[in-house]
Amino acid sequence: MTHLDGNALAGPLSEVFRDDMTTALGRCASCGDVSVLAEALVYDAAPGWAVRCHACGDVLMTFVRTLDRLRIDMRGLTALEIPS
Amino acid sequence: MAIFSRGFSGRPRESNPDLPPGQFLTEDFPVLSAGPTPRLDTADWKFEIKTETGQTLSWNWDELTALGLEDVHTDIHCVTRWSKLGTDWRGISLDKLFEDAETSFDFVMVHSYGGYTTNLPLEDLMNGQAWIATEFGGEPLEPDHGGPARLLVPHLYFWKSAKWVRGITMQRTDSPGFWEQNGYHIYGDPWREERYW
Repeated sequence: MTHLDGNALAGPLSEVFRDDMTTALGRCASCGDVSVLAEALVYDAAPGWAVRCHACGDVLMTFVRTLDRLRIDMRGLTALEIPS
Repeated sequence: MAIFSRGFSGRPRESNPDLPPGQFLTEDFPVLSAGPTPRLDTADWKFEIKTETGQTLSWNWDELTALGLEDVHTDIHCVTRWSKLGTDWRGISLDKLFEDAETSFDFVMVHSYGGYTTNLPLEDLMNGQAWIATEFGGEPLEPDHGGPARLLVPHLYFWKSAKWVRGITMQRTDSPGFWEQNGYHIYGDPWREERYW
């Protein structure tokens, strides 16, 4: 399966956060890796988007756009650090 | 920003009676996945059913295929709005795999190599409605399409037909799987257009 890099997250995350989140640091709940979200692996050829840790491959986030909302699940991220 | 699979949005509605509402006909077989394709050797492959009694039923590849493959001619419907009509599969009926299962639970969680999960009512796997598919179009199932074996439950949206299937765990309640937790419908009937919560 092909995937996009984490820069693809700039669009959907801009609907929630005020800053460019692709430069934010995220900590993977599975392996503890801390990396900018731009390094994440974005599997977009799926019912939603599955965003995976570049280090261990576990799921950091999912995005599902339904008819009336965007649902973001972030259970695989234990911390986000946003440059100010 | 649109979160849709590339190439399957914005087309005019088709009026084919074999197409569920909101679906479009495709002649291709699009590949969708929430992660990398696992490369599985049938020599190491196994499939398990675990029930609430502590029972584990297990089959290796040779044991599973020795149960006998059935021909399945069916339409398939993806929640990303493509449908493919008249597809040909071969697989082992779930009725055979559940013959010796000891369970009073009504729901299952399907597990895949790679970590994917999806939930279904047990009754949707029984009575000739579901298979562990090992062949598509007369050929061994390719890894990108879930090979060596995927679940095939064609009367529900295709995210329920888990690729790279490795087992089924019985569950008392219909707890949601991977996409069901994250916005997709708990059941997923394409004819009732049960796409989202």
